[in-house]
Amino acid sequence: MFYREAGDFKTSYAADNQTFPIAFDRYRYWVVLAIAFLVMPFIINDYWANALLIPFLIYAIAAIGLNILTGYCGQVSLGTGAFMAVGAYSCYKLMTAFPDVSILIHVVLAGGITAMVGAAFGLPSLRIKGFYLAVATLAAQFFLVWLFNKVPWFYNNSASGQISAPERFVFGVPVTGANTDAWAVYLVCLVFVTGSAIIARNMTRGSMGRKWMAIRDMDIAAEIIGVNPLRAKLSAFAVSSFFVGISGALFFSVYLGAVEVGEVFGINKSFLVLFMVIIGGLGSIFGSFAGAAFIVCLPVVLKLIGVDLFGWPPDLVAHFNLIIVGLLIMFFLIKEPHGLAQLWRVAKEKLRLWPFPH
Amino acid sequence: MNETATPQMQDQTLEDYTTADGRKIGGVMMDLKSITLRFGGLIAINDISFNIRQGEIRAIIGPNGAGKSSMLNVISGFYQPQEGEVWFMGKKRPTMRPYKVARQGIARTFQNIALFEGMTVLDNIMTGRLNFMKTGWVAQSIWLGSAKKEETINRQKVEEIIDFLEIQTIRKTPVGRLPYGLKKRVELARALAAEPNLLLLDEPMAGMNVEEKEDMSRFILDVNDEFGTTIALIEHDMGVVMDLSDRVVVMDYGKKIGDGTPDEVRNNQEVIEAYLGVSHD
Amino acid sequence: MSADFLYGIEVILNGLMAGVMYALVALGFVLIFKASGIFNFAQGVMALFAALTLVGIMEGQIPFSHLINEIFGTKIHNFGWEVPALLAIALTLLVMVAFAWAVQQFLFKHLVGQEPIILFMATIGLAYFLEGMGDLMWGSNIKTLDLGLPQGGSRVIEELSANLGGDDFYGFFIDKLDMVASVVAIILVLALIAFSQYTKHGRAMRAVADDHQAALSVGISLNFIWVLVWSLAGLVALVAGVMWGAKSGVQFSLSLIALKALPVLMLGGFTSIPGAIVGGLIIGVGEKLFEYTVGPMIGGATENWFAYVLALLFLVFRPQGLFGEKIIERV
Repeated sequence: MFYREAGDFKTSYAADNQTFPIAFDRYRYWVVLAIAFLVMPFIINDYWANALLIPFLIYAIAAIGLNILTGYCGQVSLGTGAFMAVGAYSCYKLMTAFPDVSILIHVVLAGGITAMVGAAFGLPSLRIKGFYLAVATLAAQFFLVWLFNKVPWFYNNSASGQISAPERFVFGVPVTGANTDAWAVYLVCLVFVTGSAIIARNMTRGSMGRKWMAIRDMDIAAEIIGVNPLRAKLSAFAVSSFFVGISGALFFSVYLGAVEVGEVFGINKSFLVLFMVIIGGLGSIFGSFAGAAFIVCLPVVLKLIGVDLFGWPPDLVAHFNLIIVGLLIMFFLIKEPHGLAQLWRVAKEKLRLWPFPH
Repeated sequence: MNETATPQMQDQTLEDYTTADGRKIGGVMMDLKSITLRFGGLIAINDISFNIRQGEIRAIIGPNGAGKSSMLNVISGFYQPQEGEVWFMGKKRPTMRPYKVARQGIARTFQNIALFEGMTVLDNIMTGRLNFMKTGWVAQSIWLGSAKKEETINRQKVEEIIDFLEIQTIRKTPVGRLPYGLKKRVELARALAAEPNLLLLDEPMAGMNVEEKEDMSRFILDVNDEFGTTIALIEHDMGVVMDLSDRVVVMDYGKKIGDGTPDEVRNNQEVIEAYLGVSHD
Repeated sequence: MSADFLYGIEVILNGLMAGVMYALVALGFVLIFKASGIFNFAQGVMALFAALTLVGIMEGQIPFSHLINEIFGTKIHNFGWEVPALLAIALTLLVMVAFAWAVQQFLFKHLVGQEPIILFMATIGLAYFLEGMGDLMWGSNIKTLDLGLPQGGSRVIEELSANLGGDDFYGFFIDKLDMVASVVAIILVLALIAFSQYTKHGRAMRAVADDHQAALSVGISLNFIWVLVWSLAGLVALVAGVMWGAKSGVQFSLSLIALKALPVLMLGGFTSIPGAIVGGLIIGVGEKLFEYTVGPMIGGATENWFAYVLALLFLVFRPQGLFGEKIIERV
């Protein structure tokens, strides 16, 4: 079975328009899904789940969200951390207010609430453009974090000012609280990641996605050919925030379990997700996964090399982490603004023609 | 306005007639009445009136800085004139955002190509169909039924235009990689995909060589002939303008100095002066 | 005069001086943005890096000593000498110039003609790199910066103003360091304006700001000008870093304070030096007054977000900022 498109004729526009036009890609997609759902839950262990897999899945959702806003619609946001916080706090309030409703529904609702908040903060985008907007989203970042810190209603007046997730079950298996199993948490995140990726892909390949990309590439021309810029931008903010909110809700409820807003959802979180999107590839769903994987793995790998192999103190390794992330951001912006996803595409392009280079 | 400078054509009864090559010209489709557009102290358009008739090819010519592009921008709703009225399809058009103007059936191309560089040729042309695509976000997000069907139907329309403009081979090429002439053609395709009643072309042949110009002229004539689309275009190449258009408006320094058939305009004293650079008094 | 009113004035005075500091950082942004169209997010980290370097040199620290110790198992930390403040400042400036050159050579030379938003994101990467580099070179512990600048409240002003109000007013409390900072900032601004107006390189700088191609065609080296503006921004960063570092210690939060310069710029417009100054003052006074009047009612710490929200609201109504030119969109 070769990586070829020759002989794989498309006889309808629908077939020509599918996500993986090359048969080999389609098979691989199903194989990856099968392994993720059917094999991984049985071989997963706590360390790898908590250090790599679960943060990867959750960040991938956030990166997909930000990629829709920044990569597809061209609006740079530095408020991702705060929108994750909105998801987390919505989820917390819902979990404590309606303990009988399934946590899965709460997570989706938390996404919905974040979508509304995101759209509200997206309103200025009609008048403010480019990095003016990027700086304006800092208002959301700092204001929301302050709000969650200062208004006791949000954290149910808990003495510590933290929110912590009560125990909740899915099909009788605990997924939040103290007694969770890695495989259960993993599966919950995997379901959300798969759903998010499919929905994001569908939205970006249809008329919605084209409106966003038109706004991104040239907003004035887009308006003149009939795109309502306010609706396009607000829908991008809403959809983006929906995913970011889901990721925030999961980050709090199933991953961390307890959250102090300034520490977990501060401005550094916003940058982290932005970096995932840049390194992975702006305007690519696959890139969101690649970027999330990269940023999640990097500190772990560095720690393995630095701390475990060389015996360096962790803070020294952390400095290297900063330097390498910074260097990589600059490197990718110079060499490959479309990120890992583009490298992957180029590799596939080569492979398709292999062994004949032209 | 100097009435002698505006030839009789304007005042003739606007009866339907058939051109020599058999195209039907109908009543007034767009009527611009005393349009004045200012940017601060600069007067870009000074009290200009003219109309565009159903089915005709109307050219706007004039030296650089005459306000031609501004005129097109007024028609497409991008600039709001301070004075004057725009009548379209028999109704006075209220002040509206450009995207609403587009939805009334006015499409255009741009002087400095305004394609979406990050998208493929196909996606660019598909953006022209956006106003025909109505499925909601729920259907789109699961990509079932209506969304998929709608995509296919519109794709078919777009493929017809791709065939018409002979750009099949670059369908999946990112627009950024295309040469200038092809970009112009893709931009025309995007405008045509919107199935406009009125098509505005801002210098469709600027920077092209002779063959490309011939191709483009043929496309413009074919569009007008086959789809019956009314066309208003700005062009500098006089030969092309005179060959293509039914009527010509001449602008200079924001004013209208001539209006009529190519022959009438060619013999208009003021137009000749403007082009030959005879001093203004 | 009532004591409340006088305390209000004290708040305004302190706000003005905070505003001068914001304006100082904002100035670094404006310099780079005008000349190259780069929105330099790393300006705050540059201030941190400059302050770290200054402290490191003054105390005779060995750069990268942690790393060297870990690799070679040595236990070196200090050269064992102390460098006088003025010499250390000069050396730090040299480091900043070298940094400016490196940034131009290795980063922005390869990004010529890219979209502004790409350049902006590159500077975020630069900020991360520089932060890590600063920590790696000089260690991440909080350092005190002692240049012998006066500290604490000014007795003179306090006593002179004490009899303005009634018995419950004890005079204005104004930090001497803030006053020094304001004076230094004002001198720096005047010097920069003089530089750009009256010197050859200053004129070249403005030419580049106006039109790259035209500047290039009259024989101005873009590369040189860009290194120059980054060096100037480095100088501004050093001054800001010294002032802030002397006040609250040289630590990571210093680079976050510099984020405050962003709303200042949004108010003042990215290309206007007077705008940066006025914007800085408005933000400084505004956030102190808001915290003084409204803050206690809604839980305090409003300084965290007030500037951003103010700038956001302002921009919605006037997207070009206070002094920016009206944007005419074209197609």
